[in-house]
This record gives sequence, C-alpha cells and structure tokens, in this order.
Amino acid sequence: MRTRKIEPLLFIAPAMVVMLLVFGYPIVRLVMLSFERQSQGQTVFAGISNFQIIFKDDVFVQAIQHNLSLLICVPIMVVAALLLAILLFERIRGWQFYRTTLFLPYLLPITVVGLVFSYIFQLSGVLNDILNSLGLGFLALDWLGSTKLALPTMMFVIIWKEMGFGVILFLARLMSVEEELFDAAKIDGANWLQLQWHITVPQLATVIEFFTVISIITMLSWVFNYVYVMTGGGPGHATIVTELYIYLMAFQYSHMNLAAAVSVLLLLVTGVFIFLELYLRDRSAIVESLG
Amino acid sequence: MRRHLSPGRAAGSLSRQSLAVGATLLVLFPIYFMVSSAFKTQSEYLANKWGLPHTLQLANFNTALAGEKFFLRFANSAILTVGSVGVSLIIASLAAFAFARMNFRGKRLLFNLTLSLMIIPPVVMVVPLFVTMVRWGLVNTYQGTILIYSGLLLPFSIYLMTNFFQTIPREIIEAARIDGCSTLGVFWRIMLPLSAPAIITLIVVNALWVWNELLIALVFMQKDELKTLMVGISAMRSRNYVNIPATMAGLTIATIPIVIVYMVGQRYFIRGMVSGAVK
Repeated sequence: MRTRKIEPLLFIAPAMVVMLLVFGYPIVRLVMLSFERQSQGQTVFAGISNFQIIFKDDVFVQAIQHNLSLLICVPIMVVAALLLAILLFERIRGWQFYRTTLFLPYLLPITVVGLVFSYIFQLSGVLNDILNSLGLGFLALDWLGSTKLALPTMMFVIIWKEMGFGVILFLARLMSVEEELFDAAKIDGANWLQLQWHITVPQLATVIEFFTVISIITMLSWVFNYVYVMTGGGPGHATIVTELYIYLMAFQYSHMNLAAAVSVLLLLVTGVFIFLELYLRDRSAIVESLG
Repeated sequence: MRRHLSPGRAAGSLSRQSLAVGATLLVLFPIYFMVSSAFKTQSEYLANKWGLPHTLQLANFNTALAGEKFFLRFANSAILTVGSVGVSLIIASLAAFAFARMNFRGKRLLFNLTLSLMIIPPVVMVVPLFVTMVRWGLVNTYQGTILIYSGLLLPFSIYLMTNFFQTIPREIIEAARIDGCSTLGVFWRIMLPLSAPAIITLIVVNALWVWNELLIALVFMQKDELKTLMVGISAMRSRNYVNIPATMAGLTIATIPIVIVYMVGQRYFIRGMVSGAVK
C-alpha cells in the first residue's frame, strides 16, 4: 500500500510514546540510579560502589543461588510436558478433558495458587493429614517451614503452575505435524521410543527451545509472586530470590540505588536470553514474514 | 483420526490412562481443596481437611466479602483491567496496522525492538518506574498504573495484531482504497472488524494478566482504598491465618470468574497463549 511518508509515523507514534515512558526512559533512569548514591540529601556519583556493596551482601548471593537452583525445574517441566503432550496427541480416551484441566493452573492467579498450597503444605495441613491417615506419618514434614524443604516445595508449586503452558504449546505444534511423517516411521518399524526420538522431538525442536528459554527466564526473573505469597523469602532467607531482594531493598529498606544495581544485573542476564529468544524466533521465520 | 490399538498395546494404553489420570488429579486436588474447604465450618475443616463438606456453609463467603473490602478491591481490579486492556488494544492495533501494511524506514528495527521488550521482567522496571512516577505525582492513581500496565502489554499486543493483520489480503484493502476509503477508514472499517478473533484473544489474555498481576499493584496502588484484589488476597494469610475456610471462600470468589471465562472461551485462551510461539 502506498502511503505518505508521515502517515505510518502517526500510527505508531502513540505506541512509541507509551513504550518510551514505560520502558525507554525508566531503563536510562535505572542505569543512572545504579551508579548514584544518596549523601546528606544530595545525589552523588558512586561509581561501581553499589555493585560492590551488593556482592558483599550474603543475602544477595543466596538469592542468586536460589534462582539458579530453580533452574532444576526447567528440564523437569520440559520432559514432563513433552510426555503429556504426546499422550494427548495419541488421542487417549478423554484427551480433550485432560487438555482443558492440565492447562487450567497456568491461568490461575499465582497469588491464589500460592495461598492454597501454603495451606496444603502447612505442618498441620492437608498433605500431612493425608500422609498420617495412610500410615506414612514419618513423611509428614514441615514442607514450607524448614530451611531444607522450603525451596524444593516451592519448585513443586512452580512446576504445578507453569507446566500446562508447555503441554498446550507442544500439543498445538504436534497437531500441525504432517501425519504421514509418523505413518512412514511406523511402516519402517520404529517402536514408540524411536518414533518420539526421531520424529516428534526434531519436529518440535523450535517450540522446545522456545519453552526452555521462556522457562529459564521465568525461573530467573518471574517467581516473585510465589515467594512473596508463600514464604516471604523465609524461613530465614531460605527462599529469598533476586526479585524479592530488589523489592525489599527498594520498598522496605529504601535503598533505591542498591535495588537499581541489582535490577541492572538482572536486566543484563535476561537481555542475554532475550537475544537468544529473538534469534530462535528469527530462525522460525516469524519475523521474516514482515517483509 | 482415531488410532486403532492392537490388543498387544492394551497394556500400554492402560499405563497411558493412569499417567494422564494421575497428572489430572494432581492438578485438580488443590482446586478441589480450595472450593470444598470454603463450604466447611472452622471445626469441620479441622476435623476433616480433605473430605467433602457435610453441609454447604455459605457463611464463609459472607465473612470473606465483608471482612476484606472485597467489593472495593474487586472494583479496583476491574477498573485497572478494563482501562489498561482498552488503552493497549487501541494503541497496539494502530501500530500493528503500520507494521503490517505500511512501509517506512526503520520498520524492522522498531518491530524487533518491540518484540525484545516482551520478555523484560516487570521487576526490573519497578524501581525506576517508581522513582519516575513519584516525580510525576502518578503513584496511587489509576491513570499512572493503567499507563504502566498498558506499556507492559504493548509489545505482545503489537506482535499478535501485526501477525493477524498480515493475514488480511491486500486486495480487500486496495478495493476499499479505490472506493475512496481513507487510511484511517481502512483501519476502522476493514482491519478491525475482520480481526475480531484476534481482538477477542488479545482481550482475554491481557485481561487475565492484569487481573492476576501482583508486583506492580503492590508498589503503585499502596493506599488501602486503591488496593487490588490480588494485593488484598496476598495479605489474607497473615490476617486470617486462623480462619482458613473464610480465606478459601475469598480465594474461590476471586478464582471462579477466571474459571468460568476459561470454560466458555477456551479456544481464545489457548490460541492467545500459544500464538507467541507457534506459527
């Protein structure tokens, strides 16, 4: 379509203005904040001292370690979601019902999910009640209240909530794979496992990559709600994560500059994955179609 | 097409079913626990945590609605959701039209830049946004929070709408042009009506996101009369620790609208959630 030079700009201008206000300017401001500090009511240049301070903070180091531990969820989620998607794709009886239910957790508010689970996992909660009545009382532990178990319990809840997205994603892609591919492999005498390994996984490679990258980003920077609602970072600092650290620094201890320094680091880390994601997306030729 | 199982694969089919049933039970149990507890009295809950309630107690719902300023929080969440979903939809559609059907310098760069914003975690933006919003006097206002939400929704919205606009044949646009339609006319009378499915998908997905959001709401709507439903809920645990059935009733009320909308418009949800990745 031929248009006057100025016209496209008028159409994109509102979006660009809002994104400059919400992303552009704040990112510049964020970087500035991270190199400043408050001294007797004055803002002064601080060099890299904010970064030095946070790395000396044990709590911050622990927060990073916890985020890294959460990465264990990623392979579990990918494999389990893949398995369930294949099951549904094989049209087991009631697959549409399973699809509806398995996706449900992904839509529920984390706030609600977190609260419900914190009552389930209480020391006197329903899980331990069930374990006791099954004669498995020795397994009735303080799931969220002990420093050893709190983080793994949190991981279970994160997987419970986030996995459905993978199932739906993989299933949607599977349904667009040409049936002949599977038939041809079966005629060649491939068994179930060979079929999945040689046909399904390669066909799903791009969505598996996508889901993996998205899940990694989730574990590093989208778990605030779980922690805030379920444990508040405790017991002690057993479940503190980078996001909660930023929140507490900024809004509980009013160390805006230190919080900004952590944010900058988190932005850099996610930036790496954003480029990775864009690269994968580019390869799956979605952006190409723009012409 | 249904696949026919040979008798030898019946055992495989059984283990498949049990795997699927197991996963489904795991998914449904917390939801069942929430809803069933909401109907129990306190003493019944303590005696019987996971069985069905003996009688349906509605008192918990009254307690939840009265105690937590539920209607006020509900209204705040609704205002923010409607506002930011509406604003972002209009702005994103305009930009998507330009990206999909116009040529201009730097289009690709701008589009890629927009896409890359999609994965920036809001937590990174919270500190500088707060500092900025304080200066502009927009903390504790609907406008300020709607501005932030709209901005955060824009990248995905632009992406989805651009993809959809590209599927609308150029011929239709050209024909409308020849009939004397202005560019804005094409946008308003051709593109938008033809994009109803994409628009519904976008509204559903974005509304869900804003409704469920906690961090921004926590930081930018601090005044008690401005708090959203999710912020109110997140505070329930400490305040209502003893009265678990009442808490569960509150959680049920907050969840039911989502479940109903999901059951009705399932395909829009699934299409919207998947559209970011599968093409």
